[in-house]
Amino acid sequence: MKPMVLRGGRVIDPSSGRDEVADVVIRDGRIVGVGRNQGAPDGADVHDVTGLVVAPGLIDLHTHLREPGQEDRETIATGTAAAAAGGFTAVCSMPNTDPPIDNQSAVGFVVKQAAAAGAARVYPIGAVSLGQKGEQLAEFGELVGAGAVAVSDDGHPVASGQLMRTALEYARAFEIPVADHCEEPTLAAGGVMHEGVVSTRLGLKGIPSVAEEIMVARNILLAGHTGGHVHLCHMSTRGSVELIRRAKEAGLPVTAEACPHHFSLTHEACAGYDTNAKMNPPLREPEDMEAIRRGLRDGTIDAIATDHAPHHYDAKEREFDDAPMGIVGLETALGLSLTLLVEGGHLTLPQLIARMSTVPARIFHLPGGTLAAGHPADVVVFDPAARWTVDVTRFRSKSRNTPFAGWELAGRVVRTIVGGRTVFVGV
Amino acid sequence: MTEPLGKDLLGLEPLSAEQIRLILDTAEPFKEVSERAIKKVPTLRGKTIVNLFFESSTRTRISFEFAEKRLSADTVNVAAQDSSVSKGETLVDTARNLEAMRIDMVVIRHGASGAARFLAERIQSNVINAGDGKHEHPTQGLLDLLTIRDKLGRVRGSKVCICGDILHSRVARSNIWGLLKLGAEVAVCGPYSLLPRGIEELGVTIFRRIEEAIEWADVLNVLRLQLERMNAGFIPSLREYYRVFGVTLERLERAPRELLILHPGPMNRGVEIDSRVADGPHSVILHQVTNGVAVRMAVLYLLAGGRPEQAEAAKRGREGAE
Repeated sequence: MKPMVLRGGRVIDPSSGRDEVADVVIRDGRIVGVGRNQGAPDGADVHDVTGLVVAPGLIDLHTHLREPGQEDRETIATGTAAAAAGGFTAVCSMPNTDPPIDNQSAVGFVVKQAAAAGAARVYPIGAVSLGQKGEQLAEFGELVGAGAVAVSDDGHPVASGQLMRTALEYARAFEIPVADHCEEPTLAAGGVMHEGVVSTRLGLKGIPSVAEEIMVARNILLAGHTGGHVHLCHMSTRGSVELIRRAKEAGLPVTAEACPHHFSLTHEACAGYDTNAKMNPPLREPEDMEAIRRGLRDGTIDAIATDHAPHHYDAKEREFDDAPMGIVGLETALGLSLTLLVEGGHLTLPQLIARMSTVPARIFHLPGGTLAAGHPADVVVFDPAARWTVDVTRFRSKSRNTPFAGWELAGRVVRTIVGGRTVFVGV
Repeated sequence: MTEPLGKDLLGLEPLSAEQIRLILDTAEPFKEVSERAIKKVPTLRGKTIVNLFFESSTRTRISFEFAEKRLSADTVNVAAQDSSVSKGETLVDTARNLEAMRIDMVVIRHGASGAARFLAERIQSNVINAGDGKHEHPTQGLLDLLTIRDKLGRVRGSKVCICGDILHSRVARSNIWGLLKLGAEVAVCGPYSLLPRGIEELGVTIFRRIEEAIEWADVLNVLRLQLERMNAGFIPSLREYYRVFGVTLERLERAPRELLILHPGPMNRGVEIDSRVADGPHSVILHQVTNGVAVRMAVLYLLAGGRPEQAEAAKRGREGAE
């Protein structure tokens, strides 16, 4: 692997507070120097990145790669290629595959497929319970031993308070977060969109905000009770943001993520029965969207995560009630964040990089999220000003289920580097 | 004005007051066709219409079929249980096959909200929504409006309360939109467990108690309480529902004015409505059924390209639509 120099870019590294024009030197897969007028090692590829941003590669805490078992929607190869195209150098893969990732050999399979795919890194998330059935704990120790970085029954909320309590307690030995899809199942049962005036107009069954908030409150209380780290997935309501704010003020071991669609769209997007606006948690009200944006600014919400959820075209080309929940997100997350959060005046560019890279790495104890010398060279180079139009036919993902088709977004990914190796070059 | 309603009739929410009035006015001459010995005019001769019913329906399907036959259209009835749908065909494939058979219109009843729109966006034929999930049932809304107009002489300014299970009712939604657009005051009354969230944001008042609704209203539109709602736990029992929310003769006798009682049918006598009310002088329930055919004839006629001003001529047997 040849050394590389990224010369003259705006280097933003929230891990050190750096935000200045500088060169980044990469050798043997690691960052070896950041600063002005760095010399190029012998035989280095030197890239002039003047006017571009050089930042630690983005890290997604919430990706559905669908392999094994649902390869018609996505594979580890296509999903990590989509990640690289979106500026992500690492993704945490959710375990709700078929079969679920609930044992060490299943984790090993994901690790092996990811190594073969050779695009973004994959950090598997193991299941909380065997078969994600919500009954018996999975073997966290063996999951972690095989490479899992967290546990989650995502897709199936942990309904039992006792199971969640035990999971939080047991996870402490391994210092991993328990990531929960917060949804009280009886309140959410049968719901297909946010419960509010739009669901009333459309005659669709709603999922009330309180279905999420009740479980956020439960999880916060259990985190306090057990001392275990709970990570709250895809927060969507203003009530949840307020609960997390209070939990953090109380110093509880609670972290949270939010998805780009929840700070970009409201339930009005469902008005034409567009199944690409159907996801869980659902798109909420304007006040919720504003609360998510504010939460990302003040740090109540730690991280931006995609909840990248590929579905086959046929599955979404159906009646709204029958279409599956979820949208792809890896290839639009940076563009939506730059457009709506940075250009929208909610976050500075360094704050955004922190929410998409440095903080995700820290809260899941992952390598990356830094450009400090000696660390693996996971780097994204992007043009924050360049505008592009979302064209689903150009997605690397196998699926195209997005409500953002045709949107004009800021921020074109120019180069994605994983361990010193370029895995994506933008055209 | 070549297409006064556009291609489809999917709901009353997207229609203007003028379009709704146009349908009601067009229905007037068609009422008379059904009173004749030979109940047929040649207006839609040569048109092919498919009645595509994914949910069982007696009243609406028969009403549409009579409307189509009295306009001389060729009709085919498809019920989901004996169609390719039962073999797992998707709605989109059903739509494409219908399109390939070059039919002119589809009347669709489906259990999923938005299904009529889904079909309309994928085929060139006119689509008429005969009830989609909990969304809309526009021809029911129209026939209720026509009935109120017949009996009160106007819709504007009338006070209409829709009673019962608003949460699951497409009839309620179509009535709310139609009544509000024509200038009525609209209220709903039922247990809060059967009122959808944010309903007041549509511009309706909520009455917690049926006595208050009866004191306020000129018209009660009493919805059918589906028995499965009790099993799903929305109300404790039908017996208690009748005691607390039933439209009974005793309650009506305390009303300050004569009320008009509508019901979209089929009725649960002794649940949402007292038989003495259903069969009594306030009830216009059978008038609604008669108006249903006329309103559906008007919708079919207008969507087929018929000129509103020629509906009278069409009634007399000349081919006003051509």
